[in-house]
Amino acid sequence: MIEDSLQLALDSAPFLLKGAYYTVILSLGGMFFGLLLGFALALMRLSSLRLLSWTARVYVSFFRGTPLLVQLFVIYYGLPQIGLELDPLPAALIGFSLNMAAYACEILRAAIGSIDRGQWEAAASIGMTRGQAMRRAILPQAARTALPPLGNSFISLVKDTALAATIQVPELFRQAQLITARTFEVFTMYLAAALIYWVLASVLAHLQNRLEARVNRHDQES
Amino acid sequence: MIAVERLSKQFNGQTVLNDISLKIEAGEVIAIIGPSGSGKTTFLRCLNLLETPSSGRIQVGDVQIDASRPLNQQQGLIRKLRQQVGFVFQNFNLFPHRTALENVIEGPVVVKKTPREQAVALGRKLLAKVGLAGKEDSYPRKLSGGQQQRVAIARALAMEPEVILFDEPTSALDPELVGEVLATIRGLAEEKRTMVIVTHEMSFARDVANRVIFFDKGVIVEQGEAKALFANPREERTRQFLGKFLGTQNTGY
Repeated sequence: MIEDSLQLALDSAPFLLKGAYYTVILSLGGMFFGLLLGFALALMRLSSLRLLSWTARVYVSFFRGTPLLVQLFVIYYGLPQIGLELDPLPAALIGFSLNMAAYACEILRAAIGSIDRGQWEAAASIGMTRGQAMRRAILPQAARTALPPLGNSFISLVKDTALAATIQVPELFRQAQLITARTFEVFTMYLAAALIYWVLASVLAHLQNRLEARVNRHDQES
Repeated sequence: MIAVERLSKQFNGQTVLNDISLKIEAGEVIAIIGPSGSGKTTFLRCLNLLETPSSGRIQVGDVQIDASRPLNQQQGLIRKLRQQVGFVFQNFNLFPHRTALENVIEGPVVVKKTPREQAVALGRKLLAKVGLAGKEDSYPRKLSGGQQQRVAIARALAMEPEVILFDEPTSALDPELVGEVLATIRGLAEEKRTMVIVTHEMSFARDVANRVIFFDKGVIVEQGEAKALFANPREERTRQFLGKFLGTQNTGY
């Protein structure tokens, strides 16, 4: 019995790993574009121009205030009705990126806002532009505040990519479903999928810890 | 070399600085004294536009800023001015994620685009000058307040400014660390560097400054040669303010 399950798990490994490949693509892609867009939104949020900060505020409110599953459905099933047809993978990637951006925006905004005004002034006093001050003085310090919550969001994202199964992306959970439909080995397949998610999340958590240690090094060394 | 013309600042309907004009010659050391809230720190911060004046003109070397025109149209000029004006903050404001040396070379490398090797050589020289040779690789957190402030002074010097502004440079320090920072500033005065120092250290102002300016309620009440002003203030308000100090002088610093 257990041998049969193991055999099935091994036989299915190539399919599951192919699914995991899509899971990784969706996670990394969602993180990358989410961070990029989130940073732009955070800058808008911090801008003194009302229109910009208000737009960012509404964006964040919408994407945090609606279910990710609904967002994916709007993008994949809804947009074709207004003439915008997307393949499953790009649709999912867009959905995860837009969603991640809302969380990243709030995290980055809070982190940048937490840096003492004196740091901006010190940078300005040696003639830096605002961009230089942001890059050289503010962001490296904001990063240490932002990393733990960003890491949490990323780990959530890895798990949330399972939602892409509902819009036909052949990612890990979808693969497990397909194999289950064929073999009826429900317990084994879903447990195997769960273990792979666990491994992915653990790797990410490990990377997060290393990165945190790195940005905090000026606290430890002499 | 520095000319301030009719500088005013209103804030929330209150006049913080009222029509201040001042000329500072190269090599002059000026101490600005006055009670809390007199506008002396605001004035100093206006000199490099960390604070936005409501009107007036500020000239440093060949750079002139007209505060009655929108400042965001003069950003380039403001940065040019700031490169010629060093600023030392009360709370040091060192970059905590950079070592002492990295703090000092940040301006030359990032703003002036000085080749890194050259900036490092300059940084080491300046840290040695402020008595911190051997601390190049220390992060600010590992340095005492006095050491941090001396790094901040080296950071200001690294831009090779025409003038250095000090905003109460010893007010945030433990009393026993005040001396080392004042000694560093005194050393710079002996090199005939142009400096403007807002301070509560009266003996220091008297002994190191050429000229003392007494601020109150947003105006210059009185100014004059340092020793003369302390020995014989002309204005009643100055006498009143200095009264406490004059009674306890010769305690040294």
